[in-house]
Amino acid sequence: MTESVVTHPDNHEPAEFTLALLDWLPWLAPPAEAALTERQRASLVDAARSKSAYFRLLARDPDILEARTRTDKDIFYNTSSGLPRAERELAAAATSRHNGCIYCASVHARHAITYSKRPEDVRRLLDAGVSADLGERWNAIVAAAVALAATPIAFGPEHVTRLRAAELDDADIVDVINGAAFFNWANRLMLSLGEPVQVG
Amino acid sequence: MSDPDVIDTLAGIEPDSPLALIRDRKPVTRQQAQASYRALFEPAEPGDVTLQERFAAATFVAGLHARDEIAAFYAAGLRRTAPSEDFVTALSKEIALGRAVGPYGAYPKGKLSAEDVAGPVYDVAERHRTVLGTRLTVAMAHVHMLVFHPRDASAAALQTLLDAGWSNTGIVTLSQLVAFLAFQIRAAAGLRILAATRNVP
Repeated sequence: MTESVVTHPDNHEPAEFTLALLDWLPWLAPPAEAALTERQRASLVDAARSKSAYFRLLARDPDILEARTRTDKDIFYNTSSGLPRAERELAAAATSRHNGCIYCASVHARHAITYSKRPEDVRRLLDAGVSADLGERWNAIVAAAVALAATPIAFGPEHVTRLRAAELDDADIVDVINGAAFFNWANRLMLSLGEPVQVG
Repeated sequence: MSDPDVIDTLAGIEPDSPLALIRDRKPVTRQQAQASYRALFEPAEPGDVTLQERFAAATFVAGLHARDEIAAFYAAGLRRTAPSEDFVTALSKEIALGRAVGPYGAYPKGKLSAEDVAGPVYDVAERHRTVLGTRLTVAMAHVHMLVFHPRDASAAALQTLLDAGWSNTGIVTLSQLVAFLAFQIRAAAGLRILAATRNVP
């Protein structure tokens, strides 16, 4: 039998970038929490994610969900070396702003503020977009993320030179590349499998 | 597993080179990116998406990114699924027809509408549809949208896939595959540039 999408005709999608907490409604039916198999539960990595429609929907293919989640966590949370967490979150927020993922941008803009304590700059990134002046070091990271988000990819030696001039070493630059590249993955799932919804 | 690391292969990173050593400092990132590749292209069970569909979609995605070295890698995977010559030719012509510059697309109506960027809405050429088959023809239109203008995504687009015989789970797999490649291709392309512009000590 052909399956059907789930629509949310009463939802008014947020129409601007925001720091507010958003929720997300799936367009395909996720498995019910009680119906998750053991393999699907394991693929969520964090048990609490069984409450999330997004992660339950992705658990339909548990092997790729688990590898995706572990890749995500290590790129962003492993600060044993490389770029400070704040600037990884900046790369994620800038990528999401440029690709147009209002949901992802809200989450990672909040994280960027938490770790950088620079709420005005992060707010300016959301409001004015990726050309906002955030100071040269952040501008260099945003410009690299924007060039990586382009298809075909526009990232070139000039971006590396600018990042080095802003005192990022090669391990830091690898983290910019991985953080920005990863959000091209995350944005496409969030944008194409459901829609954001305002909370409260 | 001792299988070659695909991102290193696609980025041209040699073992023990300075960038390989930087990547080695984050073994989980390396291993899980590789595990992601294997989950999509060496699945224990192909489930709702055949290996040929997976490699055809990947060849299309890499081609749309104009990364010849990466498209060649996935085209070699496609060859292992024994496609007809006509199939391979049609796919390669569709890559040329589908080329665009992204990201573009429209926002929900409002303040952000000023940032809407127009761009092509792609569909497989009529003359290639029979050899590519209905499922892949419909999937390629979706893949093109995911690559170039994901903010135009909609529930209606997913319904089109369902109507062409894709299952809910198959759509999740296809979406993960395209989205993963958007990551992998950027990681490899970025690392390749970084390796080529290393500081002379």
